[in-house]
Amino acid sequence: MAQLSLRGIKKSFRNVDVLHGIDLEIGDREFVVFVGPSGCGKSTLLRLIAGLDPMSGGEFLLNGKRMNDVPPSRRGIAMVFQSYALYPHMDVYENMAFGARLMGLDKGEVEARIAEAARMLRLEPLLQRKPRELSGGQRQRVAIGRALVRKPQVFLLDEPLSNLDAALRSEVRLEIARLHRQIGGTMIYVTHDQVEAMTLADKIVVMNAGRIEQVGSPRDLYETPANTFVATFIGSPRMTLVDVRCEGERLVLPNGGSVHVGALPDVGELKLGLRSDAVRLSRTAGGDGFAGQVVYTEYLGDNAYVYVRLADGTLVAARTGPDDLFEPDHMVTISVEPGSVHLFSAGDGRRLVP
Amino acid sequence: MSAGASTYGDRRGILGALGRDGLLQVILVANTVIMLAPIVIMVFSAFKTTPQIFQSPFGIPDFTQVANFAKIWSETNFLRYLLNSFFVTGTSMVLILTLGTMAAYAIGRYQFTGASFILMFFLAGLTLPLKLAIIPLFMLMRDLSILNNQLSLIFVYTAMGLPTTVFIMTGFIRTLPSELEDAARMDGASEARIMWSIMLPLVRPAMVIAGIQNVVPIWNDFFFPLVFIQNDSLKTLPQGLTTFMGEYTTDWGVLFAGLTLSAAPIIVIYILLSKQFIAGMTSGAVK
Repeated sequence: MAQLSLRGIKKSFRNVDVLHGIDLEIGDREFVVFVGPSGCGKSTLLRLIAGLDPMSGGEFLLNGKRMNDVPPSRRGIAMVFQSYALYPHMDVYENMAFGARLMGLDKGEVEARIAEAARMLRLEPLLQRKPRELSGGQRQRVAIGRALVRKPQVFLLDEPLSNLDAALRSEVRLEIARLHRQIGGTMIYVTHDQVEAMTLADKIVVMNAGRIEQVGSPRDLYETPANTFVATFIGSPRMTLVDVRCEGERLVLPNGGSVHVGALPDVGELKLGLRSDAVRLSRTAGGDGFAGQVVYTEYLGDNAYVYVRLADGTLVAARTGPDDLFEPDHMVTISVEPGSVHLFSAGDGRRLVP
Repeated sequence: MSAGASTYGDRRGILGALGRDGLLQVILVANTVIMLAPIVIMVFSAFKTTPQIFQSPFGIPDFTQVANFAKIWSETNFLRYLLNSFFVTGTSMVLILTLGTMAAYAIGRYQFTGASFILMFFLAGLTLPLKLAIIPLFMLMRDLSILNNQLSLIFVYTAMGLPTTVFIMTGFIRTLPSELEDAARMDGASEARIMWSIMLPLVRPAMVIAGIQNVVPIWNDFFFPLVFIQNDSLKTLPQGLTTFMGEYTTDWGVLFAGLTLSAAPIIVIYILLSKQFIAGMTSGAVK
């Protein structure tokens, strides 16, 4: 059982506020991913949960018990560090045994736990090796193993894949997902990579500049982003935002055509969010839709992305079939699927219904 | 580079013949000869009589002639001096490395007001030659009534060694990844255990550097024992060996034999520890 409640958590370093009051509930066995750009405070929040840094304000409850003044090792939390932080002078076995021994477990129990973790992570042949004799992926597994032997209620993972190469990354990602199913603890995972967030999370927490922008399932975030920040952060290629004006059931781009999207709130100016799969391109210039000029095409094998510049200079990405290649500088017309556009307020960027 | 090399290659200068690495080798070999020559001459002279030293200073001696060593053994308290030197140097080194590492760990890792002032305070000690303060030091030792006591030497040496040690160790500790300490903290280690089990093994190469930096001048020091120690049974090696350096005549052969014996332990320590310089302990800790 692990139920975490963060209530109004604040953190400032000297006079700089890094976190401005974080409220968050995390349920048992949940896989939660904190995602956001560099410097948004996600790692800081993780370190506060771990107890490595003191909070400047707010409360952290674990299973209803206040944890603010409990030292890190008594919280029942284990952490996997970005750099792995393996003890370089100890072999793999000792690295895993260090924490277990400090918990006051007897020798047999320590051995049993290490054996179990080693089996689960396929570390058995590596137990006598020093960290410097291991590959990046192996070090990563040792770091996870060290967390496992403490049998924590909550696992914290701080950008665990950022030091691995691309091929290994997707492999270890699967491994972590499998591990979560197998041991069933609550996991909090920090990353700046939205693909990791989308593929792993039960619940994604999008953070920006020390605040939570939105909390929800990957699907929620993709389909109904709460604001322009979440909308552009989640999804690849990025959602394009176009400044348009409402006129009846049409959205008008000054000097650039208009699109029909159905019933609209009566707000005048707004931002139209277009994902690459909501955009249709046609080769005939001057049709019904936004006029644009092809800038370049990214060919990816199973499909291609065509980047089109609109009259106001905005670059729109459109997904097309791999055979559907558009030459640069061609004039095209962009139409949209009425059901798949996102509308945001022109002022504060909040989502407008629908 | 390749164009220039082929142009000058025709002339076959020393750089052309040997290349850059070859020149480096020549310099290193020359340096080795310059460094080793005095030591070799010292050892050679230890096996010669004084007239022989002046007749053929560079000649290879008869190594079976150990009269000089026998004389040291029979006419001085050599073993006593050696033990005194070991005691004074050893105790000073233990104090320097223990206190220096602890101070450096605090300065390098904990954030507190005045941390940089304390570091500057230690560094100021680097610029201060303690020998200038010999008269106040003498009065201080007199007032503490530890004149003619090895404690006086140990205190002065510890004070002399701390600045370099703190300087070297603080720089080194700051380069160690702090995530290691965080990891140990998550594992439930106390601050003392983090220092002992995690940091100490990692800072060992720096401790060796700081140690060698300090052990040589302390072992060789002649000045402070000369001022503070009068009792023959408390003298250190360099001081004790001056028995053979008379005002009018000096028995050079015996003196060189004594110097050879006194330099030997330091050379052995240096050779044993030099491996540690190279050991890259942190590789593999963090990527």
